[in-house]
Amino acid sequence: MSGFPILSLMLAVPVVGAIACLFAGDRNARLIALAATLVDLALGIMLWAQFDIGGAQWQFTERADLFGRFQWALGIDGLALMLIMLSVFLMPLCILASWDAIKQRVGLYMAMFLIMQTVMIGVFMAQDLLLFYIFFEAGLIPMYFIIGIWGGANRKYAAFKFFLYTLLGSVLMLIAMIAMIAEAGTTDIPTLMSYNFPVEMQTWLWLAFFASLAVKMPMWPVHTWLPDAHVQAPTAGSMILAGVLLKLGGYGFVRFMMPMFPDASAQLMWIVFALSMVAVVYTSLVALVQSDMKKLIAYSSVAHMAIVTAGLFAFNQQGIEGAMIVMLSHGVVSAALFFCVGVIYDRLHTREIDRYGGLAVNMPAYALFFMLFTMASIGLPGTSGFVGEFLSIAGIYEASSWVAFICTTGIILGAAYMLYLYRRIIFGELTKDDVKAMPDLNAREWAITAPLAAVALWMGVYPESFLAPMRGDVTAVVARLAPAKPAGDAHVSAGKPKAAAAEHGAAPAGDAPRAGGSQ
Amino acid sequence: MIQAIVFLPLLAAIVAGLGQRAIGPFAAKLVTTGALFASCALSWPIFLSFVTGSGEASVTTVLHWVSSGALEFNWELRIDTLTAVMLVVITTVSSLVHLYSWGYMEEDPDQPRFFAYLSLFTFAMLMLVTANNLVQMFFGWEGVGLASYLLIGFWYKKPSANAAAIKAFVVNRVGDLGFMLGIFGTFLVFGTVSIPDILHAAPGMAGSSISFMGMRLDTMTILCLLLFIGAMGKSAQLGLHTWLPDAMEGPTPVSALIHAATMVTAGVFMVCRLSPMFETAPVAQGVVMFVGAATCFFAATVATTQWDIKRVIAYSTCSQLGYMFFAAGAGAYGAAMFHLFTHAFFKALLFLGAGSVIHAMHHEQDMRYYGNLRKHIPITYWAMMLGTLAITGVGIAGVVGFAGFYSKDGILEAAFASGGGGVVAFWVGIFVAFLTSFYSWRLVFLAFYGKPRWERSEHIQHAVHGDHHDHPSDEHAGDDHARAQHQDRHGDGTAGYHPHESPLSMLIPLGVLSLGAVFAGIAFHKQFIYPEEGATFWAGSMMAFDEHLMHAAHVVPLWVKWTPFTVMAIGLFLAWNSYIRNTSLPGRFVAQFKLLHQFLYNKWYFDELYNILFVKPAFAIGRFFWKKGDEGTIDRFGPDGAAALVAGGTRLAVRLQSGYVYGYAFVMLLGLVGFASWAMVKFL
Repeated sequence: MSGFPILSLMLAVPVVGAIACLFAGDRNARLIALAATLVDLALGIMLWAQFDIGGAQWQFTERADLFGRFQWALGIDGLALMLIMLSVFLMPLCILASWDAIKQRVGLYMAMFLIMQTVMIGVFMAQDLLLFYIFFEAGLIPMYFIIGIWGGANRKYAAFKFFLYTLLGSVLMLIAMIAMIAEAGTTDIPTLMSYNFPVEMQTWLWLAFFASLAVKMPMWPVHTWLPDAHVQAPTAGSMILAGVLLKLGGYGFVRFMMPMFPDASAQLMWIVFALSMVAVVYTSLVALVQSDMKKLIAYSSVAHMAIVTAGLFAFNQQGIEGAMIVMLSHGVVSAALFFCVGVIYDRLHTREIDRYGGLAVNMPAYALFFMLFTMASIGLPGTSGFVGEFLSIAGIYEASSWVAFICTTGIILGAAYMLYLYRRIIFGELTKDDVKAMPDLNAREWAITAPLAAVALWMGVYPESFLAPMRGDVTAVVARLAPAKPAGDAHVSAGKPKAAAAEHGAAPAGDAPRAGGSQ
Repeated sequence: MIQAIVFLPLLAAIVAGLGQRAIGPFAAKLVTTGALFASCALSWPIFLSFVTGSGEASVTTVLHWVSSGALEFNWELRIDTLTAVMLVVITTVSSLVHLYSWGYMEEDPDQPRFFAYLSLFTFAMLMLVTANNLVQMFFGWEGVGLASYLLIGFWYKKPSANAAAIKAFVVNRVGDLGFMLGIFGTFLVFGTVSIPDILHAAPGMAGSSISFMGMRLDTMTILCLLLFIGAMGKSAQLGLHTWLPDAMEGPTPVSALIHAATMVTAGVFMVCRLSPMFETAPVAQGVVMFVGAATCFFAATVATTQWDIKRVIAYSTCSQLGYMFFAAGAGAYGAAMFHLFTHAFFKALLFLGAGSVIHAMHHEQDMRYYGNLRKHIPITYWAMMLGTLAITGVGIAGVVGFAGFYSKDGILEAAFASGGGGVVAFWVGIFVAFLTSFYSWRLVFLAFYGKPRWERSEHIQHAVHGDHHDHPSDEHAGDDHARAQHQDRHGDGTAGYHPHESPLSMLIPLGVLSLGAVFAGIAFHKQFIYPEEGATFWAGSMMAFDEHLMHAAHVVPLWVKWTPFTVMAIGLFLAWNSYIRNTSLPGRFVAQFKLLHQFLYNKWYFDELYNILFVKPAFAIGRFFWKKGDEGTIDRFGPDGAAALVAGGTRLAVRLQSGYVYGYAFVMLLGLVGFASWAMVKFL
């Protein structure tokens, strides 16, 4: 542990930048925001480079008493590190994506994004329960304003819906947290992670957390805020919403619910599995019939997040690591897809899929990138999407072949709706005059898509870079859950080789105990 | 060296695809074609070293890929006999197809993209066959799927091509569902995805049982069946075959490379690669044999009625893949691989020949508008002739024959020798050999014999009337030209059109593949299917090679050896009788058996059935969930409802959209937060 408070610095830089943006002109505000986010990216890279894989679970810890039980307690483990990296990587790209698209109140807009950055990485750094809660809820406010002020025509409806849903859930979580503090007598998250709450208390604590995190995820049936929020949000807002904000829910699951309430998690895993299975099929089918590009991608996000929840609740190494990779991959790929939508929205100002068509002719570079992200989204091996989906469903299969089967149907439907979208936008005859006039990617847009594409491929070809820092922490969670974990449904039982080969078919001929009993 | 074979095509694809504007189309074509010929030149020595018995299996690790708990896999390149066979098939056909495309795609403005896709495909296919673990095989599996999708939809302005591309991808994904579940199950049971380790441990799991989706099943049976579903998708077996005929929307070289010689045989390769697993699961073997035989029969019946030259060959491919599967199901993996090997040559030849015909006939693909072409494009005619002789299995038992003769007879004899269901498969195979002969000769007679029937073709009409300005100095100009023009008015059916023989870049591949179609059988049949030579050849491949079965296949009764030839002759006679001697016969037959013809002509109505069962319901249910589920139920009773309640009733609902009402909800929530804060202070 170095004495240098790098985490606090990472939180402070955007705040300073935000204040400066408020008083700067439009052009300067953009530059300040970009500089601040780039500094944070550089700090993030330093953080990753200095992170000791296989070392202490919590690194870069900082602790300062504030008042009462409040503590300024920061620290990260591998899971947090990866999500922080995701946030600091996406943020400069979001600023660049808003460069020309946002023309009104630029200073305020940039300030909102920088504040959002602080609270997002704050969530992942917090080691104090109340500090975590403050960051967790504060994330709502800038997003609420970004949608409400710079959003589309129906922005107020979307902003309030977003706020209503997420706040309602978090009230329950706050009450649960207070009860936890009263019971355990501490707000320290690492301590709470190994505190054994009474089993009956775990159940309702779990449900209260679940109410909040399921909304953030979002899980079916509390997902309806997401399509509206995405549709109304400006491009960069959608990018950060899909890229990072949706990951808060998953982080909450793996940081709080699973290690803190292992017995309740095991008892209630069927709720998660059931909702995830419904979500995969339901939202994929809904995505198939959308005529609004952003809505389509928003629904696909819900389906991907369902793989995350199911993977986490598989309670094994593959499931949880896979779920984490799905989160990282989805963070990159969905942000990229929303940016792709933004690129053509900026040119034609409509999200109607049918207004486009034939873009392969006049925007070949755009078509290539869009194809790459489409393939990453449907989990083509060699891209990030595959590694995550493959690992998590492999883990799910160990827990339940039924859930794995339903989740795997998502790969068929996913291919169907994404390719159908791609075909309607990129392929076909280029007939519409205004579409013909659209130019290909400019330098700024290249600067955004190229890093996203590079990371999507990197994560697909050599995911070890991302898996290694998380391995120990996932093992710890798995170990914590192990006593409560139910057995999988496979029940392999050895048979007598050759003897059963003569038997015909699927009869339990090889089931040694049973065969022995009947003979 | 193996790295060069596999990664040169990838490198070329990247250079040609991304750098096309920098290096220009000519360089892009040169880079990709050059890379493929280099790959090919490096592959043959490997194959020949295995043929001579000096080759040794090896595994080269390229890069670590994933490790998660016990689940670990790397990027690895494996070479053994099985891989070596696939290497030469893939690189040979691919390099020839690259060369052929110089001529065939000459007028296309998008050539660099086309060549980049072709090379990308080759790379993915090579990754598939060199895989040492199931996940890398799946990588190649999906990679070829992507390349296939891109190439089927290469002419992306055509709606039919786009639809066919999506269909190919999605139907393959249905198969992938089985493949993925198979990999997960295999990992669960064996604790590894490394192919050698799995094959080593497989016999030990024979007879064990496992729960799968609430059912208690034999472990190896369910694993093999799940993996086989993947093979069915990729190899277009009955039920998951619907994408293959539609895939003919792609340019013809693509059909030759991907949808005949290489990608569609991946399923056969997979079953052979994992043959020790299938050997422990007799039920799964039975299913493989049954599906193979059913596909073989189904596709051949459809092929007899189609008019589109490419579709006939596509269904023929489907049918031949069925042969390979029932050989594998009978345990004759050597025979399956042998047919895969010879089929690659003669089917690629037939497709490229068809492409040459289409090229000559100005993109007309309907055989009803062909006729008499042997006089105009003689080289293409001879190439097609050799391909047809190979596919119909012409040869004299025990003496000599074309490539298909050795491999198809090998399959039929092995099926017969395996007994039980194999005998049924044998008879199906014999009947299909008859159908194969009929539809193949039908194609040749319709296209190359009889009188020209070109004038009814719109493409030809378009060429005659639109092309005059483009080609003022016709190669065949002169008397010939004038006479043809003249005769056209007298109704000789040519409409004054002159089919041209294709350029040299297209004829060379035809020539090379013709050599394969003629000699591939006689040159290598001992290594592939003879009991002793076969055992030596396949020794290092992990593939199950049953010497006893191959020996039994060798000594089947004489009538078994002669039946395929006999039915082939009957098919030839029937085709000659119907399409040359008595051309009104097919019409009368169709009129007589209208229902049967309609059933076959419409491909057993699979597309219509799937449309009703899957496609339409998916959209309808999606719409229902969206409108009635999300908007009608969740939103109505959720946030909108809550907001309306807070506002004190529905009369204010109108103002909902303005958002004011949400303000009340907001205030209420603030109250809740206040309460919570108060509780917090009290607790702390």
